[in-house]
Amino acid sequence: MTERTLAKAINEGLRKAMEADPKVLLLGEDIGKLGGVFRVTDALQKDFGDARVIDSPLGESGIVGTSVGLAIRGYRPVSEIQFDGFVYPAFDQLVSQVAKQHARSEGAIRLPLVVRIPYGGGIGAVEHHSESPEAYFAHTPGLRVVSPSTPNDGYWMVRQSIECDDPVIFLEPKCRYWEKGEVDEASPPAGLFEAAVRREGTDATLVAYGPSVRTCLKAADAAAGEGRSLEVIDLRSISPLDVDAVATSVEKTGRLLIAHEAPTFGGMGAEIAARLTERCFFSLSAPPIRVGGYHTPYPPSRVEEEYLPNVDRLLDALDRAFEF
Amino acid sequence: MVRAAKATREESAAADEDLVQLLTPSGERVAHAAYALEPTDDEARGLFRDMVIIRRVDVEATSLQRQGQLALWAPLRGQEAAQIGAGRALEPDDFCFPGYREHGIAWCRGITPEQSARSFRQVTNGGWDPYAYNYADPSIVIGNNMLNAVGYAMGVQHDGAESAVMACTGDGGMSQGDVAEAFVWASVFQAPIVFLLQNNHWAISEPTDRQTRIPLYKRAEGFGFPGVRVDGNDVFAMLAVTRAALARAREGSGPTLIEAFTYRMGAHTTSDDPTRYRVDEEVEEWTRRDPIERLRRHLLATKVADEGWIASVDEEAETQARALREAVVEMRGPTPISIFDHVYAEPHPLVDEERAQMLELLGAEEAGSPK
Repeated sequence: MTERTLAKAINEGLRKAMEADPKVLLLGEDIGKLGGVFRVTDALQKDFGDARVIDSPLGESGIVGTSVGLAIRGYRPVSEIQFDGFVYPAFDQLVSQVAKQHARSEGAIRLPLVVRIPYGGGIGAVEHHSESPEAYFAHTPGLRVVSPSTPNDGYWMVRQSIECDDPVIFLEPKCRYWEKGEVDEASPPAGLFEAAVRREGTDATLVAYGPSVRTCLKAADAAAGEGRSLEVIDLRSISPLDVDAVATSVEKTGRLLIAHEAPTFGGMGAEIAARLTERCFFSLSAPPIRVGGYHTPYPPSRVEEEYLPNVDRLLDALDRAFEF
Repeated sequence: MVRAAKATREESAAADEDLVQLLTPSGERVAHAAYALEPTDDEARGLFRDMVIIRRVDVEATSLQRQGQLALWAPLRGQEAAQIGAGRALEPDDFCFPGYREHGIAWCRGITPEQSARSFRQVTNGGWDPYAYNYADPSIVIGNNMLNAVGYAMGVQHDGAESAVMACTGDGGMSQGDVAEAFVWASVFQAPIVFLLQNNHWAISEPTDRQTRIPLYKRAEGFGFPGVRVDGNDVFAMLAVTRAALARAREGSGPTLIEAFTYRMGAHTTSDDPTRYRVDEEVEEWTRRDPIERLRRHLLATKVADEGWIASVDEEAETQARALREAVVEMRGPTPISIFDHVYAEPHPLVDEERAQMLELLGAEEAGSPK
């Protein structure tokens, strides 16, 4: 067991993947000497050379579009999009090529590529640096979308994503980059697409992923003080969804809250609420409630605390679930 | 407004001055200072045969669409020399990323007209195993394939392999951001790639002057690699220039942009009506520069072929067209249930769940019956 920050844990996971497989290449803007703007690729170019850790020209469609070609050629490219709000130029490549080539080629082509994206708010950034675009990708058949919330998951999930033969959008909660946690390099905590119960409880289920997991854990602490026992599920994988894990919890607690930073309308919370309602209708004592970003562009960060799901908003939602 | 694809004045001047041509429209060989080609008789006849067959097959596919047997067809008529010259320059180890009109290059890679028709029949969105032919699936989103090709070329470079990559786009594609990015990437990494730009003068209804104010091949210079404008209706020039560019790529000297100056004689696709936007005179003018006719004249004048041999090629083309027709009308598929087969390479619970739903709804027989 080693204590690491999330950023360092992902860095270590990338290093191990590169050591294990010479076909793993990294590409992205400023990932070489600088080590990425969040230092997630720190020292990797020094140790693996600039042919395997490639400082790319500034163009997100180019980063993802060339990753496709490298993957067709037999490589396992891991690309970095510098910030969530800069991924949209690559959206065309992701939806039209990354997600579809396996099906188009009737299985002949596999695209084992990973697109790493630091995402989410909470760091006081300027516009385009705090977004949560996961629903766009989760909505696209052919893509897989995951998001670690702990250093241990960061280390293992990046390795598992690289080993996956399908394209994986790897969303890194940037506000958690500097939080420390134990990393157990001996064995992975779970499969890449399995949810984890972070806290057991009996009265309501809180479902979250990435940056919101910790917020939910804090809310569970606060609720415990009020005599309510909350179960917190870290989805880890956004697509596919581990519906079984959530259903097991909801059948026990009878109440479901879903938290994410992305706007609620058309978001992952809507999908989870719909699926769980279909599956657990008679176990539910209240309708599932979503707590997410408002239907506004990500606001100036001076008011992001009010925009994001926080403990108060979660507890308020919890009250509503109990009033039902 | 119905109009001619009037090039800007600069473009017309450049067309005359810089165009690489080895065979004139009347079938005479001309020398070029930078590009030489001495095809063997067999080679010259082979190029003719390729062009005649793909033109005949193209006519057949167009009528198959008219008869409701294909959902769509993108005719290549007029671009036979551009595609056969470029396609025959490729070596087996080279890899090509086409757009959706490159049936001629596909033919050169050993892909049958029947395979090319599969996606237009909509039995698939692909058509062949790209690795079996070193030829990617058709790419309909304009420009995406150019970046994919550069990535592949970076992989070739990383492997230290001595092969090259070709990526196809058109005059319309030159306005896409992905194409500009592909040029940047290829240039800074000196990727072993040849960009084949078929300037057929029309992006559906928009003439080239809606895409550019300078000759398109000149854009390459701004990205830091050579651009060459070739008479795209001259199969000898296309073969010579493409071979040279591929050799340059293989030896590590980086990318080349080849602008095949040609003309889309037919419609954009079978859904298009060119009479709404272009004049007959323009089409007639390009008919006089026909790629097949000029080689026919040359072969006859130099006695590399006689009328009897040419008739035998026409006959072979008829046979190919008939084979395509027979294959297309019989073509079935896919089965409804097969849509779930290749969404992901690894198991996916949602796909499994929905496959089971369809199976229950339709029953095994219907779900498994090719449409």
